[in-house]
Formats: sequence, structure tokens, C-alpha cells
Amino acid sequence: MSRYNMHILVCGGTGCHSSQSDAIVWNLRDELEAKGLTDQVQVILTGCFGFCEKGPIVKVMPDNTFYVQVKPEDAQTIVEEHIIKGRKVTRLLYRDPETKDTVGDSKHMGFFKKQLRIVLRNCGFINPENIDEYIAREGYMALGKVISEMTPQQVIQEIKDSGQRGRGGAGFPTGLKWEIASKNKSDEKYVVCNADEGDPGAFMDRSVLEGDPHSVLEAMAICGYAIGAAHGLIYIRAEYPLAVHRLKVAIAQAREYGLLGKKIFGSDFSFDVDLRYGAGAFVCGEETALIHSMEGLRGEPTIKPPFPAESGFKGKPSNVNNVETLAAIPIIILKGANWYNKIGTEKSKGTKVFALAGKINNVGLIEVPMGTTLREIIFEIGGGIRDGKKFKAVQTGGPSGGCLTEKHLDTPIDFDNLVAAGSMMGSGGMIVMDEDNCMVSVAKFFLEFTVEESCGKCAPCRIGNKRLHELLNQITDGKGTMDDLNRLRNMSLVIKDSALCGLGQTSPNPVLSTLDNFMDEYVAHVKDKKCPAGKCKNLMEYYIIPENCVGCTACARVCPVNAISGQRKEVHQINPDVCIKCGACKEKCKFDAIIIR
Amino acid sequence: MNNFNENICTEISNVPNLIIRSMSQIKSLADLKKKREEIKTGLDLRVKAIDPENHVQVKVAMATCGIASGAKPIMEFFVEQLDRRNIPGIVTQTGCMGYCFAEPTVEIKLPGKDPVVFGYVDLKRADLIIEKYIKEGELIDGIIPVNYETIDSKE
Repeated sequence: MSRYNMHILVCGGTGCHSSQSDAIVWNLRDELEAKGLTDQVQVILTGCFGFCEKGPIVKVMPDNTFYVQVKPEDAQTIVEEHIIKGRKVTRLLYRDPETKDTVGDSKHMGFFKKQLRIVLRNCGFINPENIDEYIAREGYMALGKVISEMTPQQVIQEIKDSGQRGRGGAGFPTGLKWEIASKNKSDEKYVVCNADEGDPGAFMDRSVLEGDPHSVLEAMAICGYAIGAAHGLIYIRAEYPLAVHRLKVAIAQAREYGLLGKKIFGSDFSFDVDLRYGAGAFVCGEETALIHSMEGLRGEPTIKPPFPAESGFKGKPSNVNNVETLAAIPIIILKGANWYNKIGTEKSKGTKVFALAGKINNVGLIEVPMGTTLREIIFEIGGGIRDGKKFKAVQTGGPSGGCLTEKHLDTPIDFDNLVAAGSMMGSGGMIVMDEDNCMVSVAKFFLEFTVEESCGKCAPCRIGNKRLHELLNQITDGKGTMDDLNRLRNMSLVIKDSALCGLGQTSPNPVLSTLDNFMDEYVAHVKDKKCPAGKCKNLMEYYIIPENCVGCTACARVCPVNAISGQRKEVHQINPDVCIKCGACKEKCKFDAIIIR
Repeated sequence: MNNFNENICTEISNVPNLIIRSMSQIKSLADLKKKREEIKTGLDLRVKAIDPENHVQVKVAMATCGIASGAKPIMEFFVEQLDRRNIPGIVTQTGCMGYCFAEPTVEIKLPGKDPVVFGYVDLKRADLIIEKYIKEGELIDGIIPVNYETIDSKE
């Protein structure tokens, strides 16, 4: 018997990969070989399952057993217990964080229940380095369908009808973008895939490329057919070596099968894809800067118009789409626009992938229909706030987005609702914050990022963000005034209006949204010189309670800067001008005499 | 544009689980469909596992007692015959169900029905189970009444 009756899927995404998931694969294979089971059990290295919190993940099919935090040495137990004796290895099963019960299969996990996986349909399901598995999942069927049965206009109409909007951040309708590019006449056109994912805390594009690279290649070819382009370029950051490797393998296999190259499906349509590497600059996610970077120039944006659809790569009409936008295209073509536009809200169709990060139980990659509420995402799929703390805010859209608070928890998420709430979709990073996060520091963190990533071409972004950052520093140092708060707001609005590209136009969003939602925290920093979350070092003071101090001198001995004075068996004092707030004394004191105030 | 083709070729040879079964080019949509039919079965097991409740699920008890009484050929028989008789099913092995006196034991769960456990299953009875119970839904002799609850059944 050579037909496999069991498949063991091992996650090969970057997260699990760095926790030795390939060693798990090798050990499983060795173990199966030793037991003579290689013809019955197949071991497959797949893309990301999304449940990165508990990686490395091993899933056994067909019974959907979901093992978490598996170590290479667990391979023997899995084979001996589960494969041979049919007993699930309880110690490795996922435990519900609330009930502490083990969950036997992935179908019963809260994390997966509310999800609808369209873009991630093949992630964690197929071997991304085997084109046959993609084809078995109806891969390249959509490309075959458009080339054999549809005109380019029909393809564009189908995408327009689907109502899909670009997942890169601004939410521009994909079909319209294609139409504009197709109407511009030129001898050469380009399809560009924007895989320059730079938001802190976002990893959805990387996971799609690692888990299902062919879906992006297929979509690029479909786009090439629709707009009349023969060249595709993927702009990917060199910091994603695994994604680059899988893309290279995928491109080579597609060429081997003739699914990329000359005369695809026996038609006159030719299309090929090449890679371009970025050095990891945030501004290169902006399409004009991206194109300049691909041309070998400095990654700086230029004023639009002209839009890339008129004059893009090498001055030719180019269509730039994000990875996630592209990955949904084949399935839209196969299942039809009417299927896709039934999912989601009135103005935002389909699903959205979010990267959950921060103080949340289930860190990972999820995909939900547009219109799902933040509460469902954070508390049902995300499993709530870590260590039972209180939810404070969630930052969506990374450094271009804003903070949403408790009052936004029940807002259905889509492009327009997020903008109305003072944030934006961005690429889909979601950083969850709890009561221990100081919102002024959060705004400062994101500003720090944009100050570093600003290309420096236009003054509002180069100088303005730097000044915003200085003001925030003053506030967290306890030197801010109420005037500074007004200045923060005014300057933010000016930068928003006058910056050249999307980076500058959105960079003040973290400041504005925290000003709107957490004014009381700013006021506490300015007026009371206090940080309510206890995070801003310069606003803290270590103080010795005289009644509790017995004069043991333990604190004075550990103080690295000799800020503590006092005679043996007498009450000690901390000199606040010398103290560096390292906390060593508080840790050492056995009498709870040292407090932060 | 072709300058890194060479790198790709060397890299592919290093990729452990890369199986390109045939290098034939796909020249038309019909070619692609044919290709898909050829390789689809390789993924069937995973696709069926997405909605196991809609398929015939066969669980063969493969503890020491089961294996000693000949459960292995029974399992192979089910895997092979369901495929040959075009019945979309999932065959898995399970641990000892506790009916060691009646080994080999097989649990069958038809879509929308409660699982039924058959005891003393030999090849002849296995054939009967497929023909009568799985195909027709007709109960046959040798059913062991379920007298326990599992965690799975407690929702």
C-alpha cells in the first residue's frame, strides 16, 4: 500500500522556522523510516497556520489534531503514540487559556472558529515549494480561465464588480486601478507587486508569500493579461529571506510548467516575473518611492500625478498592487464577483488579514470578513488581554494609523469606519495595549519610527515630525506645558495637509488620535507631572517611607549612583536629583519602605 | 531578466521536499485540468479533513490487542476499498476502545448519524460493512452498544 493515510503538517513560516521546525520535519521522517511507515504517513512543511503564539505548530490530518510548541525531540513521541497507537499526545495539545482543558482538534479552537480564510486559504495547508499541491487546490485554474475564456475587459469588469479594494492601506478600488493602467497605451507595461511590508508589527504579506507564493504569481499574470503587460516585478525586502527563497522556487516551477514564460496556455500571451530587492525602507512602500528604488534611484516619493498607471517603472504604465490584494484575485475569478461581494460590508468587500501583536493572548495571523468588530477580534479570536489585565487601546495601521479605545470595540471594521474613528486600515497590523502602556510614550514610539524612516525630501515630514517628537519628549520628561499640547495638534494638522506622500500625510495620526482619546493622560503628564501608567522614567520618583525604614543600609549599598544617604539604623533618604530610577533599591528592600510616587 | 535562473536551479536541488513529478509543459486549460485530476488525490485526505462530518469516518482500533487480532490488514482493506468503490471516506486509526474481547473493532460514523462500533471484524465482515452499512445504511450483526461518553461528544 503506497497511499498515504495520514499527513503530518509542520509549520514552516518564519516564526516556527526559527524555532527549529525543520528539525521537527527531519526527526519525524527519521522516526517514520525507522518504524517502516514512510509509505503510509507523509510529512509536509507548510506555510504559516497563523497561531504563531504557540509555535512551532504540528497538525496531524485527517483528525485535525493540533499540537503546539513542539520540540524536535517530541517527534518520537508523536510517531510512537499518535501515529502507531492512535493516542493523541495530551501534553502537546493546545489548552484553552480560560478553562485549561485540552482541545483535541483545531475545529474546536476559539482562534479558528470566527475566521474566514480566503487569502490564507492555502497557508498551512499546502507545501509552498510544490506547485503540484497548489494546482491540486485549483491553482492556475483562474489564469487558465481568463486566458481561454475571457477578454481583458471582462477580467477588469469582474474585479470591479467584486468591489475589492487595495489592501496596502488606502483602500483604492483594485478594478479601477487596473482599468486606468489598461487604458494607457504603451509598448511596454509592468505589473508590480508591493511586498515591502514595513509597519512595525505587520507580517501578513510575508506569511502569504511564504505559505502560498503561487497565488501571487498567478494573480500577477492575470493582471498582466488584463492590462496588457508582459513583465511582472515583485519588490520584496531582503530581510525576508525565506519569502524570497520560496518565491524563487515558485517562479522556477511555474516556468518549468510553462505557466510563466512565452505563450502561456498556448495563447499569444507571454508573462514572466522577476524579483527586485529593497533594503527595508518604510517609505518604499509608497508606490512612487518603490518604483524609484526599483529603478536603482533613491527611494524617494514624487508628486502624483503622474500616477504609476500613467508613468511608472522606467516611465511606462505600471500597476502596483499589494501582496494581499493579489492573493485574493485567483479565487475572485474562480468563484465570481458575486460570491466575493457578498462577504464584508457595504463599502468594503471581502476579508482582511490582520497581524495580532502586543499584549494579547493569541499573537498571530488571522483573517476575518470585513465588518467584524474589534471586540470579536481581540477577545474571541485573540483570546483577550494577557495576564488578565485591562484593555486600553489598539493601534491599527501601524505608524500611519491611530489608537482606538474601548468605545470603538463594537465598531464593525472596514476602511471607512476606521478612518472615521481617527485611525486607518493600513496594511493590517494590530497592536494591542493594556493598562500598563503609557499612551504618550506610544505616540512617541511611532513618531520615532517615522522620524527615522522619513526620506527627508519634503520639509513638513523631515522637520515637522522631528519637532513633534521633540515636543513629545518634553512632555514625557515633565517639561511640557499646556501650550505644547495645542502646538502638537496644530503642527500635526499642518503636516497632514502639506506633506508630499502618504508617509508624511499619515505620520501625525498616532499623535492626533492619542490626543483625542487620551487627553487626560497628556494633561497628567503636563500638569501633575505624573505618568498614570508609570512608564515615563523622568516622571517617577523613588521615595523611602520613613515609618518603614529600619536603616539596614541594603538600599544604599546597591544604589549604583550613590543617591541614597543615611546612617546605619537611621531613616535613609533618596536624592531625586542623583537617582536614575533603576529600581535596584526597591527590589532589595525587605521592608517595603521604598515606593514609586 | 534571466540572470538568476542558474541560482534557482542549484537552489531547487537543495530543497528537500520538492517533487516535480513530470516536467511536461501545460499548454492549455484542458492540460491543466488533466494534470489536476492526476495529482488531486494526493491532497484529498487534507481536503476531506476540512469537513470530516460530511464524510464517512472509519476508525480502526489499533492498540496492541487490535493489532494482534489483525487490525492492520482490516485498516488497509478499508483504505483501499473505499477508494476503489468511490466512497469519500476518512480512515484513521485509534487507540484501544476497550472492547478487547471483540477485536478487531471498527467504529463507523456516517454523516449526520451517531457512530456505530462493529466487533470481530474480519475481511468478510469488513466487506459487508462497506456494502450494507456504509452504502445502504443497513445495520448488520456484531454491533457493540456504545456505553460510554467521550470528551468529543460532550460539547
